[in-house]
Amino acid sequence: MTITEQFITIFLVSLGTIITRSLPFLVFPEHKPIPKYVTYLGKVLAPSVFGLLIVYSLKETTVVKYSYGLPEILSVVFLLFLHIKKRNMLVSICFGTLFYMFLVQFVFK
Amino acid sequence: MDKNKLKKAFKTAFPYTVPIMAGYFFFGLTYGIYAKASGFSLLYPLLLSVIIYAGSMEFLTITLLLSKFNPVQAFLLTLVINARHIFYGIAMLHKYKNLGLKKSYIIFGLCDETFSINYSAKIPEDVDKGYFIFFVTMLNHLYWVVSSIIGSLIGNFIFFNTKGIEFVLTSMFVIIFIEQWLKDKDHTSSILGLIVSIFCLIIFGKNNFIIPSMLLIFTILTIFRKPLERRVL
Repeated sequence: MTITEQFITIFLVSLGTIITRSLPFLVFPEHKPIPKYVTYLGKVLAPSVFGLLIVYSLKETTVVKYSYGLPEILSVVFLLFLHIKKRNMLVSICFGTLFYMFLVQFVFK
Repeated sequence: MDKNKLKKAFKTAFPYTVPIMAGYFFFGLTYGIYAKASGFSLLYPLLLSVIIYAGSMEFLTITLLLSKFNPVQAFLLTLVINARHIFYGIAMLHKYKNLGLKKSYIIFGLCDETFSINYSAKIPEDVDKGYFIFFVTMLNHLYWVVSSIIGSLIGNFIFFNTKGIEFVLTSMFVIIFIEQWLKDKDHTSSILGLIVSIFCLIIFGKNNFIIPSMLLIFTILTIFRKPLERRVL
């Protein structure tokens, strides 16, 4: 990516963020009621998006050759156990990341 | 402007933001280090934190900057990832009224953490509501910017191997996913998100699967609105 392309990307991410944050205030200025469909989407879209994000962040994973996605699978399982046991977001993220770093640096070299 | 009014609003707002300061310190630091490890100078996390101010999206922006130039995907991805903000806005329609010029900045800074504080805080009668909300937003924004700068700076002095640090992003999403799962009665949407994304990743490949995934999720959720709505609401 050239510098110009980088700035276009950054600008669009900023613009997109501003749009998502200001949209309701533009669409529903005063006491205008919120349509039921919008309320429904608000409830059901988020969990799907989080699933999509997990897959997106793991898209570079090598599954068909060494290390067969093993560090990723083991780390996600580790995260599940740790988080359900401790329920502390920062602790889970910190140790989950350290666990993965340990695996890719020392175990699956 | 009445100086005492400002001072009072600031003093009331500050304690609410302390936990966010701690949380952002870790994330911001990791983000700065991640940006540095990805080969970006201090200016990138600084610029991103000032004008984007959305943690997970900034991590992803670093990833986007390393990939092939695809402005449409970057824009749509931002809309989808930050779509949840739309619902913060809906929840804040009433509270964010009559705030004058501050309103634009307050809406700009409507991130997860700022939303939760400003939504839940009981602002005392004698404290200016507008300035309370403004200071919470501004302080959180400031913590984020400063932490990412520090991360980027100390990234220069890191003597250990940072390989695998990008997993912090996956960890964050996995945790958010688990939290959402534990909160929900019905898990159709969580499972749908995972299955559709993996399916599209296999079909369309890693560079083109986001938009088809989004459209498919949106369509399925719309088609099955009736049965799902009964289970969710």
